[in-house]
Amino acid sequence: MTDAVFNLTAGEVRLDGRLVLRGVDLTIWPGEVLAVLGPNGSGKSTLIRALLGLIPLSGGRTEIYGQPPARFRDWRRIGYVPQRLTVGGGVPATVREIVSSGRVARQSRLRPPSRADRDAVDRALAAVDLSERGRHSVHQLSGGQQQRVLIARALAGEPDTFVLDEPTAGVDAASQAALAAALRGLVHRDRTVVLVAHELGPLEPLITRCIVLNDGRITHTGAPPRPVGEHALPGHDHVHPHGPADSAGPLATWEPGP
Amino acid sequence: MSMLSFDFMRRALLAAMLMGVAAPAVGTFIVQRRLALMGDGIGHIALTGVALGLLTSTSPVLTAVIVSVIGAIAIEVLRGRGRTGADVALALLFYGGIAGGVLLTNIAPGGSTSNLLSYLFGSISSVSRQDLYVVVGLAVAVVAVITLFGRELFLLCQDEEVARASGLPVRFLSMLLAVTAALTVVVAMRVVGLLLVSALMVVPVAAAQQLTRGFKSTVLVAMVFGVLSGVGGLYAGYQRDLSPGPAIVVIALILFVVAVAARWLTRGGLPGRRPRPRASHGHERARDQRHAVPAPVDSDAEVTS
Repeated sequence: MTDAVFNLTAGEVRLDGRLVLRGVDLTIWPGEVLAVLGPNGSGKSTLIRALLGLIPLSGGRTEIYGQPPARFRDWRRIGYVPQRLTVGGGVPATVREIVSSGRVARQSRLRPPSRADRDAVDRALAAVDLSERGRHSVHQLSGGQQQRVLIARALAGEPDTFVLDEPTAGVDAASQAALAAALRGLVHRDRTVVLVAHELGPLEPLITRCIVLNDGRITHTGAPPRPVGEHALPGHDHVHPHGPADSAGPLATWEPGP
Repeated sequence: MSMLSFDFMRRALLAAMLMGVAAPAVGTFIVQRRLALMGDGIGHIALTGVALGLLTSTSPVLTAVIVSVIGAIAIEVLRGRGRTGADVALALLFYGGIAGGVLLTNIAPGGSTSNLLSYLFGSISSVSRQDLYVVVGLAVAVVAVITLFGRELFLLCQDEEVARASGLPVRFLSMLLAVTAALTVVVAMRVVGLLLVSALMVVPVAAAQQLTRGFKSTVLVAMVFGVLSGVGGLYAGYQRDLSPGPAIVVIALILFVVAVAARWLTRGGLPGRRPRPRASHGHERARDQRHAVPAPVDSDAEVTS
């Protein structure tokens, strides 16, 4: 079991007294591209935050590369992309500053950023098609562009495993395309990807396994569920949880941006 | 300048410049972390430290350092315990700090609360040589922390969870930032007084962020504003026989108003500055809306979604 990326056994999470995860078993292997689907409030974000040890389990146990999160040290292997850019106190930050901070696990305190650091940041910006925007303030970008900045921050750290919380939520078509391209690059390099999504859109062909959460339990495991009728329309965010497991079809059609 | 012919004015000028550099540097991180009023809280607690110094006839600046560092750690521990009850616990610390300070001063031999006034409102012209050594040491420590840990603190202040998932020692860094803020409070205490300490950590930052696009540039511009306010306030105080502390804060506020006006006049006109996204990206926004899922209302909703 030690070579699993994440290994959650009978995971239970209680938030404000409410049971949000009710005994989830989930093992994620290297090279998998796992989509976590499910309706709002089903515990998707809670699940991945529990996998990363960001919220404590109230029952069960979890391991990252064979170690409990509290004892795990090799965090440079993990790249976490949160749901959105936090505004905080509103102090401006440039796109490049945010993306460069993804290198922090690889840098020493005493040394200024190296050539390798700068190159990794350049590559990350290029991967999400934001090379021209490095000197812009992130707070002046659109929601989709901000999402790409967060992904670039994780890319800059060159981790083995990416954990993305709703990278497609509220993202414009151009950003969806940039995101899909970036993920395709990761899959080609055999990276492990765990992503939470409402709709898979252009990401769908990349997914190797889907789980569907409902009310804190896994109710479906297998190929991406096939959309039915109007559920297949772009912009429709309801995920049909009981599609036949063997029929992987496009969840949503996707039109390239202008 | 004739004011530099006085020994005490030279010391005052150095203290004001050190504060002008240190306070906004820490302040930028504190503001981004939404702890703008933390400096005020530490300032209240530091008053008890000052009183302890008066009571034991040791340097009030040194005892203020010790007590405010302990107070800052206590604030961080309480904050880490979660929201429930933390507000009230913080309030207890703050008022306890003021009340304790006044009572301890009353007990001190020959002590009267008028001794405290110079700490509450600053008394830059009475900065002794010994005070100055402490202030120089603290300012160097503050700038060293910001230089060494700046990258990590930046990520911490951007997103604590990402910082944790990057393997950063989040608890240590939070403590480090709080302790650095406490040291800054003591640096600024002699210059602007405990009641106005927070102003120099917040106002120059608020002014700078009107004009900048990046975090580092905000820190640097805020430091320039901090030094301008410190030197300008001291000079105005000397010329017009005003209290330098409030004069420094008023100059910082004037700089803020000027920065807001400058931004307003040049909105969209700065090189490389993009106009507001809503105006130029209406098309993209419309697409965003179409693909949008209902946005979580608050952080709790994000947790459970």
